[in-house]
Order: sequence, then structure tokens, then C-alpha cells
Amino acid sequence: MREAVIYTEKLTKRFGDFTAVDHISFEVGAGEIFGFLGANGAGKTTAMRILCGLSRPTSGKGTVAGFDIYRQSEEIKKHIGYMSQKFSLYEDLKVWENMRLFGGIYGMSSRQIGEKTETILKELGFADERNTMVRKLPLGWKQKLAFSVSIFHEPKIVFLDEPTGGVDPVTRRQFWELIYQAANRGITVFVTTHYMDEAEYCGRISIMVDGRIEALDSPAALRQQFRAANMEDVFQQLARKAVRKVD
Amino acid sequence: MKQFAAFIQKEFFHIFRDVRTMMILLVMPVVQIILFGFAITTEVNNVRIAIFDPSKDAATRQLTERLEASRYFTIVRILDSPDTIDEIFRRGEAQLVVVFGDRFQEKLQHTGEASVQLLADATDPNQSTTLTGYASSIIGSYQQELTERQGIPYRILLETRMLYNPQIKSAYSFVPGVMGLIVMLICAMMTSIAIVREKETGTMEVLLASPMPPIYLILAKAVPYLVISIFNMGTILLLSVFVLHVPIAGSFFGLAVISILFILVALALGLMISSAVETQVAAMLVSGAGLMTPVMMLSGMIFPIESMPPLLQWFSALIPARWYIAAVRKIMIQGLDLRAVWLELSVLTAMAAALVTISLKMFKIRLNN
Amino acid sequence: MLRFLLEKEFKQLLRNAFIPRLILFMPVMILLVLPWAANQEIRDLRLSVVDNDHSTFSGRLIRKAVASGYFRLADVSASDEEALQAVESGKADIILNIEPGFETNLVREGAAKVMVSANAVNSMKGGLGSYYLSSILNDYAVELRKEAGLQAGGKIAPVITLASQGRFNPHLDYKVFMIPALVVMLLTILGGFLPALNIVGEKETGTIEQINVTPVNKFVFILAKLIPYWVTGFVVLTICILIAAGGYGLVPKGNLAVLYLFAAIYVLSVSGLGLVISNHSNTLQQAMFVMWFFTLIFVLMSGLFTPITSMPDWAQAITAINPLRYFVEVMRMIYLKGSSLSDLLPHLLVLAAFALFCSLWAVLSYRKNS
Repeated sequence: MREAVIYTEKLTKRFGDFTAVDHISFEVGAGEIFGFLGANGAGKTTAMRILCGLSRPTSGKGTVAGFDIYRQSEEIKKHIGYMSQKFSLYEDLKVWENMRLFGGIYGMSSRQIGEKTETILKELGFADERNTMVRKLPLGWKQKLAFSVSIFHEPKIVFLDEPTGGVDPVTRRQFWELIYQAANRGITVFVTTHYMDEAEYCGRISIMVDGRIEALDSPAALRQQFRAANMEDVFQQLARKAVRKVD
Repeated sequence: MKQFAAFIQKEFFHIFRDVRTMMILLVMPVVQIILFGFAITTEVNNVRIAIFDPSKDAATRQLTERLEASRYFTIVRILDSPDTIDEIFRRGEAQLVVVFGDRFQEKLQHTGEASVQLLADATDPNQSTTLTGYASSIIGSYQQELTERQGIPYRILLETRMLYNPQIKSAYSFVPGVMGLIVMLICAMMTSIAIVREKETGTMEVLLASPMPPIYLILAKAVPYLVISIFNMGTILLLSVFVLHVPIAGSFFGLAVISILFILVALALGLMISSAVETQVAAMLVSGAGLMTPVMMLSGMIFPIESMPPLLQWFSALIPARWYIAAVRKIMIQGLDLRAVWLELSVLTAMAAALVTISLKMFKIRLNN
Repeated sequence: MLRFLLEKEFKQLLRNAFIPRLILFMPVMILLVLPWAANQEIRDLRLSVVDNDHSTFSGRLIRKAVASGYFRLADVSASDEEALQAVESGKADIILNIEPGFETNLVREGAAKVMVSANAVNSMKGGLGSYYLSSILNDYAVELRKEAGLQAGGKIAPVITLASQGRFNPHLDYKVFMIPALVVMLLTILGGFLPALNIVGEKETGTIEQINVTPVNKFVFILAKLIPYWVTGFVVLTICILIAAGGYGLVPKGNLAVLYLFAAIYVLSVSGLGLVISNHSNTLQQAMFVMWFFTLIFVLMSGLFTPITSMPDWAQAITAINPLRYFVEVMRMIYLKGSSLSDLLPHLLVLAAFALFCSLWAVLSYRKNS
């Protein structure tokens, strides 16, 4: 395997007596597309927030982009991009203004930001929407924009939390094309999803049940291991074991 | 009915779950009563004064001692020259400077006339008038004693009676105001925010889709705040009777009737605001600017209505709290009964009827859109 | 980095449908209306007279009271009970009751009694009303003595003449006293509430998460939040100064630059406090309430409406940690007394400490992770 950009060992997060993430250990290699699967409430988002430095783990070890998740969370943040489940760009700023803001925060110069903005608007076919208030964009466009902003500064790793939730199948396909383009440029992609067809697009996937990682391999290997025709089936077999209630 | 009870229960859960807001709702009346009862007062105590005394004789010494002995004043400086007076005021070191004339005692005995000048920092006009008043009466009573001792005729003996408030506590005028303010805050502001919150988060749609008639939903929202405000009223009354020693001089029944009427008005106002605005921030600002500020400034709570220009007096007649506060003052402090507040009672009844009708109409119109 | 964040904050502020209008209209509304309402001037007290004597002397006393300008004759009653009813029904504020045989007693016994009963539900009004009446009585006694003294030529009555003078506000205009303090209230409301709603607003919309995952520096982020309110403060202050000058002819006696200096420091502390509350809140409603609660206490304990010197010692001790108190004092001192920067040095140091403390607290209470 290539050099690991994400590494965790027995990573755990408790909220009171509830263990959201229960001793998970895994590695993600550079340039990989790593799928992070699990039912609602299995602990995917919590695990991802720990890796992004948004949440402090209770115990366990972990590094992201070579930095320790306890002591160097601000260093980590320089090298990652993040797209949350809930759309969280500024709705009252225009498309180009959001790009300028986040580019600026990551220390890019005005000129760099300007050039990059042109490239991305062209790639997305958004050239006419440059001055549109983000609030007015349709959902699918917003998601694509949010992704482009999360990799605007060319991070080492990008974390995507259910990026295609609520989007139509055509847009989802387009979205995955964007993900592949990013991966081809060498950006490691860490993505959670509960669309099983999307799981097939990933290099490797892990499946979380009740805060623990129950399976981790390439989609093909997992199908073989569980004697299943597709990922949907693999997932169902594992999810049946869950005892935790989803609210 | 069972459903209705379930809805009310849900609203109570919402309120109790947010500990911080809950604390504020329950602690706010206590803090306000304590502040208004003890801290927010216009009484004059231990005000810093300075003295310039070029005579330095027995009479001026006696007067100085009397000023110092009174609970109103503390002498902080004895000035050597009148030139420093301005500086003392500019730095805010003293609020009153007493300047005795020269050869004070000599003049007092031989020509019968000696002079004292009272220089007050009149930035606060009332405080300066009051200070000058107290100083004058201390000096006046000294003079009175002299005239009495010498058997001078034409002494007018004054007996002063402070009606309803013999100790002249400012708490007496503030307690009714705090009651009005708290009810407005909790019933109107909280209700409007609670309803708008459901609109903003979209849960309102879910509730409206339930088989419950919409009007019950709104009532269910209002009931907990009604309960909390009645509870707060109780706290305020207990505190004012036992901590501030402001008695309930009149009929408790009358007080309850007028309070419930006022709570109805406040709830209707809250409902109206919630129908008119779309976001919590807007609800907060509208009720803050449209309800709280008028209650604080124009209802006679702090500032007497008689001192306002006619236009504002007329405007204050539109503020429900003005009528409520006036009625509570009459019943609670002056000890009158319901008959004495018939005007306030009828105005509030009319306002309640009008506001409830309008707010229900607005709510229905919004549902139909 | 700061430049980009500031661009964002200013654009959001100016694009808001509500806030820019609020910043412009609120000072105008408050300064045009409230000085008229926030008035504790006691004039035109309604006097009820019970004259049991009906003599020349009692008639003169009543005329003298009415002529003083403090009282308006609202009611003439035959008995104390009747007069009390006038007070209860709100027709009269104060009763002057002259005893039967007032004139005879004065002439024969050398002393006579009057009773003053004031409605003290409003303690201020009751107190001042009875003080005005008592000084009228004193003057009247001196007057009578002088007239009699000319005839009798007997002993010399000792008289202390009192001259009083109000400095800085000789016409005892309440508006002049309130306007500088109302400016403080405005700066507190606008400079405090808007930041209090800001960060928690970003929490509710979720945008704060996108910021927290970036390497943005906490200090820079908070600074970018503070500066727009700082600028807002200057705008508000300028509007206020213009209205005070144009509407009421009130211009600061002291230095305008000193005024702005203090405002700049003061706004930093309230905005900092607003951000602290915002950082600690989870919902807008919560932030609003906490802010409301503190603003109310701060305003009431600032000496804005009632004098601090009247408060009991424990309350005065509390006001020492109330930044409003210092700024209210400063505004009044600069506006009315023309105090200079050196007169205000202690205030400057205290306010600067508040500003530093609150902004630091705002930075520290902003947490990028949980």
C-alpha cells in the first residue's frame, strides 16, 4: 500500500455513557478513494469530525496528513478539505465570494484565487452563475459548489460527509466524476455515503455498525467474503447485527 | 382533549429542556424585583459634598456638623479657596458645594442676615433639586431653632404626611411596573418566539398536518407561558411583600382579575407578532422594540406620564401596560377596590377583546395562504 | 487572512435586509422620542387646598403657592377626607391643609400649623412636592416677619438667605441630562445585540462548521467579527451627535475626539461581551435572552435612569464592574461639564481594561472543536 495519510488506532469517542465511536483502527493511503459506510447513527459523522479536528477523541491514537489529531489539529486543518452533510457555504454571499473567502482563509493570494475561480467555474459550467447569490442555486448545484470549495486550496485529503444526499441520479453521476478528477490529481478522498451503488465506485470501503468497523476491504473482496451479489446485500447482512436504535 | 393535553406537555418539555432560558425566565423577576426594590432608587444617601467656609465661626461649624450628621451627605472636601470648585465638579468629586458667606455668625446676630450659597452639579436636574432641598431644609431647621429660641413670632409649623408610602420608598412606584414588564416579556415575547421557532424550523407544517384544529396548537403553545407568568406574578408579589415590605393594601381578588386580563392582552400581542414575522430574530426585535421599550419608557413605570408632552401622553394611552400599571398602583399601593379602577378595567377588557379577535384572524389568514 | 474575513463580514452586514436599516433608524427614533418620555421633571403638581381658616393670611399663602409656578390649584375641599378622595381619584397630587385659626394663632401665639399630605406612590414626586411647599412656607414666614418687624421694631430675627445655583445645566433641563446617556444605551444595544446574534446564527445555519475545519486563526476570526461592529458604533455615534446638535442644540462642551476615543474603547467591550454570549449559546433564542438579561441589568445599574449615589453600598460595589456605568459618566462629563482627557484618565484606564478583557474572553471562548 502507498504511504498512509490517515492512520487511526483504537480511536474512541464517548458522549456520557454513549460510545459513538468504539475503538476503530484503519489506514487510508495517499490518492485512495476510501468509502466510509454505515447506517444512520452508526458513528460515521462523529469519526469524520474527529479526523477533521472538529471533535476531540476520548481515547486512541490517530494522525491525519502526518499530524497528530490531539496536538496538531490546526496543522491538520491546513492540509484537508471538508464538506459537511448539511450545506454550509454562506447563502448570503455570491458564488465567487464564497470561493474568495475560503481561498483567502487558506492563505492564497488574490491573484491565485482569481485564476482558480475561473478554472473551476469553467469546469463546472458555472460561468454564468459567478454573481449568483448562493441561496438561489438549486440543491444539486450547491453540492457541486460545496465540493469545489472544499478542494479549492488543493488539500492533501478531502472529507465528504454524505455529499450526494437528496440529489438526483444524474447529478450524482456528475458529482462522482468530480471526485475522480480530484483523486486523479492526487487528492485522497474520504467519503461517507449510504448509497450502495456509490460504494462500488470506491477503492476500498469500511462498514461501521454500532460504532465499530465490521468490514474493511475493496468492494470486490467484500462481495466475495460475504458471498453476496452486490454491496447492498453485504450491507444488509452486517446491518442486521445492529442493536443500536436509530433515532 | 387528550391530544390537547399531550401538546401542552410537549410545550412544557421544550421549555424545561432549555435550562438556560428556563433559568432566565424564573430568575429574571427575582433579579428585577431586587434591583428595583433596593438598587434602583432615587433616594438620596451619603452624597459627596464639599464645603467652603471663609468664616470658620461657631455657627458655620454647627451647620457643617449638622450636614455631616445627616444621612444624606458625606463631606469629602473642605476647600481652601473657591477657585477649586469648578475642578471638583469637573472631576465628579462632589455633587454639592456649600459656600458660607464671610463673617457668618456676626452678620446673623447683628444684621439678622447671613448668606449661604448652594452650588449643585445639575447634570442630573432632579438629584440636584433634591440635594439642594435637603441642604436647605437642614439649614432652614437650624434657622427655625434660632427663631424659636429667641421667641421670634410668625413661625409656620409644618407637618408633612407621605400618603400610601410613608417611608418614601421608590420600590412602591416600581413594583407594579416590574409586574407589567415581566408579563409582557414572558407572555408576548416568549410566545411569539416559540411559535416563530416552529415556523422557522419547519416543524409547524408537521403539526398543522395533524388532526388537531390549528387553534388548539396555538393555545397549547400559550398555556405554558401563561402558567409561568402566573408563577412569576406570585414570586413578584411574595418578594415585594416579604422582602421589600411593600404590602398589598387593596383587594387581592381585584389584583388577580386585572392581572389575568393583562396576561390575555399580552398573549394576544405575542400571537399577533408571531403571525406577522418569519424569523426568531425578527420576532425578538419586534417585541423588543415594539413592546419592551414602550413598556419601560412610556407606561409610567419609571417616568411619570404627566411629565410627557401631550403627543406622547396620547400615545401612551395605546399601551396596555400603562393601564395595567396604573390599576395595580391603585389597588396594591393605594388600597382601593375594583370600583376605583373601572376605567382601567374597561380599557383593558376592550383591548383584550380587540387583540384576541385580530390575532386569531391573522392566524387564520396565514393558514389559508 | 483578515482582509478576506472582513470582506465577508461587511458584505453580510450590508446585505442583511434588516440590520443596516436598524442601525440608521434606531438612533433617530430613540433620540427623537425618548428624551421627551424619559423625563422626571416635576412641574405643575396638582394642589388640593383645605382652608379651614378663610382668613387674609391663609388666602395669601394659597396665592403664594400657586404663584410659585410649581403648583396648579386643582381642587378646593372642605375637609381632609374630601381632599383625600381627590388624591385617590387622581385629581390631586398634594394637599395643603391650613388649620382653623391660622391667622389668629400666628399673630397671637407667634406660631401656627399647616399640614402637607403628598401622594408618595411616586416617591420622587411626593418628596419634591412637599419640599417645594415647605420652602414656600419659609419664605412666607420671613415675609410676614419683615412686615411685622417694621411695626414692632423688636428683636432681630436671624435669617439665613439661601442662594442656590445649578452648575452645567442651569435650566435644569432633563433632556440635556438624558441624551448623552441614551447614546450609551444605543451603542450598547446595537454594539451588543448584533454580535450576540452573529456567531450563534452561524451555528444555526451550520456555516461555522465550514470555518472551524479551516486553519483560520481564532484571534483573526474574532477580530473580523469585532471590527464591523466597531465601525457600526462610529456610525451610530455620529448620527447621535448630529441629532443631539440639530434637534436639541446640544453640543459637547468637551473635546469631540475624546468622545470618539471613549466610544471606540467602549464598543469593543460590549461587542466582545456579545460575542462571548454568542459563543456560549446554542440557539438564537438563548443568546437573545441572555443578552437581554444582562443588558437590562447593566442599563438599570448604570446610573442612566437613577443616580448611582442613591444605591445601597452593595449595589454600588456591583456597578464597579459595569462598563456602562463608566461610559455613562464619561458621556455626561464630556457633554455637560467639558471634562478633559486628564480629568477622565481613571475612566479611560478602566474602560480599556474592560475592552481588553472582553475581547480576549471572546477569543478564548470561541472553540473550534468540541
